[in-house]
Amino acid sequence: MIRDPEHEKMPRKELEKLQLERLQAKVREVYEKVPFYHRVFKEREVSPDDIRTLADITKLPFTTKVDFRDNYPYGLMAVPMQQVVRIHSSSGTTGKPTIAPYTQGDIDTWSEIMARMLASAGVTKDDVLQNAYGYGLFTGGLGFHYGAERLGASVIPTSGGNTKRQILLLQDLGATVITCTPSYALILDETAKDMGVDLRDTKLRLGMLGAEPWSDQMRDDIEERLGILAINIYGLTEIIGPGVSVECPHKCGLHIAEDHFLVEIIDPQTGEQLPHGEEGELVITTLTKEAQPVIRFRTRDITSLNPEPCECGRTMVRMSRITGRSDDMLIVRGVNVFPSQIESVLLDVEGVEPHYLIVVDRQHVFKTDELEIWVEVSEDVFSDEMQKMENLEKRLRSEMDSVLGISARIKLVEPKTIARTEGKAKRVVDRSEL
Amino acid sequence: MRIKQVSVFVENQPGRLVAILEPLEKRGVSIRALSISESAEFGIVRMILDNADEGLEALRQAGFTTRMDWILSAEIPDVPGGLLNSVARPLAEASINLQYFYAYIEQAAGGKAMVVLKTDDWEKAEQVLKSL
Repeated sequence: MIRDPEHEKMPRKELEKLQLERLQAKVREVYEKVPFYHRVFKEREVSPDDIRTLADITKLPFTTKVDFRDNYPYGLMAVPMQQVVRIHSSSGTTGKPTIAPYTQGDIDTWSEIMARMLASAGVTKDDVLQNAYGYGLFTGGLGFHYGAERLGASVIPTSGGNTKRQILLLQDLGATVITCTPSYALILDETAKDMGVDLRDTKLRLGMLGAEPWSDQMRDDIEERLGILAINIYGLTEIIGPGVSVECPHKCGLHIAEDHFLVEIIDPQTGEQLPHGEEGELVITTLTKEAQPVIRFRTRDITSLNPEPCECGRTMVRMSRITGRSDDMLIVRGVNVFPSQIESVLLDVEGVEPHYLIVVDRQHVFKTDELEIWVEVSEDVFSDEMQKMENLEKRLRSEMDSVLGISARIKLVEPKTIARTEGKAKRVVDRSEL
Repeated sequence: MRIKQVSVFVENQPGRLVAILEPLEKRGVSIRALSISESAEFGIVRMILDNADEGLEALRQAGFTTRMDWILSAEIPDVPGGLLNSVARPLAEASINLQYFYAYIEQAAGGKAMVVLKTDDWEKAEQVLKSL
């Protein structure tokens, strides 16, 4: 269903005019209110008056995760704290979380965008929606919650975990829609089977899955096992949370909410804008964010854009499923993991060489991805006593757990086991490559 | 008496022991005692060599993570109760904790068994064993 046909089916010319108006206003706003942007614009000798067409956006500098880190926690805010009604965060690099503040206006816009996206997947007032995205700092839980409530669906805020109880509720409360990560959908299925329950016998007919990369095969698998239509939804904390784009039921790309987000595809090496159809790094500018608007944010996600009109009637450009990252970030069990976080833990433990390898086991069949970190044992940390070595392993594991937010196995290895490479080290391998 | 021990870190895989023994053989170093302490994925190989410094060097050059430690050696009569009365009970009575322990490959002079041990207080342990 198209909740907002005025915007979702807006003719391109009109949409682009709207985008330009909003872009000009937003650029002026950040120039005046955010010292960081004022400074970087001045450094590039660009002013808000220079934005006369959408193509002029290339005059503006990019914003990266490093800028978020350097301005942690509130350096990118455009409003005084008094106007902020919510603060979300997600894991950042080197242990510094990414902070996402929202004004009441932002919350309303976000709820409306999410309602629109749920509606496009076919959710209505008559649906009972079980929200198994994590509630709390993570944008997933509350993002879906507010959107579903706005739409008028009956929301069951289960959050993640407590799987046996979730399955009981799925059966008894009659949820028709499940919102969670793809890997959790598979965990639900596996646990249900252990309980002798077939999720296909429940009232579930739709899942809105995202927050981590997942393939078409995984989608087919989930649809088969749960007896649902599995729709892909995309977003990121720096921009808004979930709500940047969503698939329509034709499943031919994710429609981007272009009235709120201006997107570009760039060559990650050169920063040059690429034409439609070419794969590159997705860059997003927020047109309506109030608390923390962002200009040309480099998402590190690799995708391509398709402007062709869609069968569903929407005119908003479609992005393909994310095919990879332009940096080393991994998403494991829904959590962002950066090699630099691992490096910082190793450097923190005295004497440990930061020669490490991250081995990822993508366990499609067993559902949960596993992370194993190989660490070379140098003379500085080597002990003749087994107890001390085991303590080292334990200590590394517990530090790693607390910094990464997920548990990883530690494997101590001999020196030089991990290949030394010229230039950028290949820090991450899939188990199948070993 | 005090004695040098060479330890090496190895992964628990086929061939790793061969990889340690080869450089020692090449260097002409002989092994007097050897023990392997293993966990699921790695092991610590501890050795008493006839020339600890040479052995350590050879292993380091071969790329291993190694270390040298002082531990104690003791002679015990090769009879029932030998270990009990010469080492175990005296250390226990002095409240010294034994961390690890292994035996020599050859016998000491006079039909005695040679053992090496690490305790949590080597000076006290040395005194205790000397005074016997």
